[in-house]
Amino acid sequence: MIRRSALLASAATAAAPALAQDELNALVWCDHTDPALIEPFEEEHGVRVNLREYEGTGAALALLDQSRPGDWDVLVIDAIDVFRAAQAGILAPLPAEELPTGDFFPEVVLEANNSQDGETYAVTEKFGYNTISFNSDAVEPEAMTSLANAWSEDYAGRISIYDYYLPVMGLAAIAEGIPTGKIDADSLETISATLGTMRDRAASVAGVVAAQTALATGEVDIVVGGGEWLTAVLQEERPELTWTIPEEGAVLWAQSIGVLADSARKDLATEFVKYIVSPEGQARLATSSCFWGMPANREAGAHLSDAQKEILRWDAQEDYLSRAQLYPAPDEDLDIEMQDLWLDTLQR
Amino acid sequence: MSGAGRGWGFAAPALIWTGAFFVVPFLVMGAMSLATLEGREVVWGISGENYADLWSRPYLRRAVLVSVEITLTVTAVSVLLAYPLAWIIAHRVPERWQRLALMLAILPFWTSYVVRSYAWLLVLGREEWINDALTGIGLIAEPLTLANTRFATVTGFVHFFTMLLTLTIYANLRQLSPNYARAAADLGANGFRTFAHVILPLTLPGIVTGAFLTFVLCIGDYVTPQILGGNTELTVPQVIMVQLGRRADFPLAAALAIVLMLLVSLAYLASARWLRLDRV
Repeated sequence: MIRRSALLASAATAAAPALAQDELNALVWCDHTDPALIEPFEEEHGVRVNLREYEGTGAALALLDQSRPGDWDVLVIDAIDVFRAAQAGILAPLPAEELPTGDFFPEVVLEANNSQDGETYAVTEKFGYNTISFNSDAVEPEAMTSLANAWSEDYAGRISIYDYYLPVMGLAAIAEGIPTGKIDADSLETISATLGTMRDRAASVAGVVAAQTALATGEVDIVVGGGEWLTAVLQEERPELTWTIPEEGAVLWAQSIGVLADSARKDLATEFVKYIVSPEGQARLATSSCFWGMPANREAGAHLSDAQKEILRWDAQEDYLSRAQLYPAPDEDLDIEMQDLWLDTLQR
Repeated sequence: MSGAGRGWGFAAPALIWTGAFFVVPFLVMGAMSLATLEGREVVWGISGENYADLWSRPYLRRAVLVSVEITLTVTAVSVLLAYPLAWIIAHRVPERWQRLALMLAILPFWTSYVVRSYAWLLVLGREEWINDALTGIGLIAEPLTLANTRFATVTGFVHFFTMLLTLTIYANLRQLSPNYARAAADLGANGFRTFAHVILPLTLPGIVTGAFLTFVLCIGDYVTPQILGGNTELTVPQVIMVQLGRRADFPLAAALAIVLMLLVSLAYLASARWLRLDRV
């Protein structure tokens, strides 16, 4: 058998970005496409940052495989997937001593995720929670202090489940007293039962926009797996759409940023990473027009207004972080089992 | 140049186009469907693993079933709605207004597919128009769950495909000489018998052509079930996207795409007798 990378395997070729010296090409999540975040860096360095959004680490890795070496300079990636990218040799080491991780919330430095064999390959830039979002006009906030209550019979048909298996299965595990880090093939049976209950009582399983729409239009009153990233952008117009972390806890999501190993502009790419994790960059990223989330760097607080900090629940972070558990980080085999279970549950 | 040479010369652009953008990609996809994924490496070879998965993984089997069920429902409902609409436009609307009537019929095509789907999501919501109207007239006491269901997916599809079918059936009806109906009447046939034994068989090519196009476009569509179906059940295109999104499992996604092509081929074989694609 012949072994080749997905690059050669696929007939498709990724749209190659521009290669000018004064340009930087970044594969990002939608929150990085806010001009308020990017323009200050472009002006300071006299460069243009070309951004391409993607969804799903698999899609990003396939896109990189299909591109020419050096096409991309910066990668924003789910913190739990940094090891996959580092193992694949996609990320370049970062100068750890130049990164302000000492100013970060300690729980989100995530050294074990972002480093490998003593080298730092990525740095956490933003975090938040997959927890319970709800309409406080339709649901008693006290009732949402328990995870199991959020998907109880009382709310059948008024629930939407966020369409991503890792955090939702993480919440199901937490509800069953299984730490997200201990999820294994044996515990999937217990998680499966909880997931099934959730699914049976849910009106929909929705992505970000669909979940926001469902909550905003009254189609559902609760989004399991939601959080500040879902409701913060609606806060001004719909303050009753809110979120909480139940007593059992919630799942902590985090996104990281790194420089690609094949980048021909590593210095500029590293400057971009440093800008993103600087207090100013962090404040802008936290309040991006696409979705809000907590900045990893605590010093960003000085650049956020009181109103913004209130929406982000800045003062509650110590409590929240103490109760949140990291995303499940399954190995390849377990990941396939979890995804199969998720799809089986959706198709019931 | 000989006649045959000239013929090949004229056909060459179409052949090159078809070869480059259909045959080669199809062969690559077929080969990919026989490969396997190990880690994130695609391992080329001849393996039936991905096709075996279609039977061993219940959610994949169900995706095929859901896709077929939705597509057949959409095709049948769209035909039932489009035929009378095309008939009215062709035979009841004065000739000078027919162009305007057709334009109004295809007006939904002018908006973005995604926008149209989200619009339906809002219309079908628990606190939106349809539920408001039904509760307002006392037909139901509590709002119905219409959005994020198969009903919503079918509604979104039917809205789109009824227009497409109206065009193909209208074209067929316009080509039909009124003398056929007159002859049937002269021979003593009533309106129903004339329709059932004369008009319907003669307009069948237009119906089947539109129905086949509906089948092809519907079974491969990702956007409508994704927005309107609420992921309460997954179609094959949705499952393909899942395979690509996190795992980048191109081999399994390719096998699923081949299954879609097989289903379209079956639909073609079933309708080939009546297909008149030149009338589209």
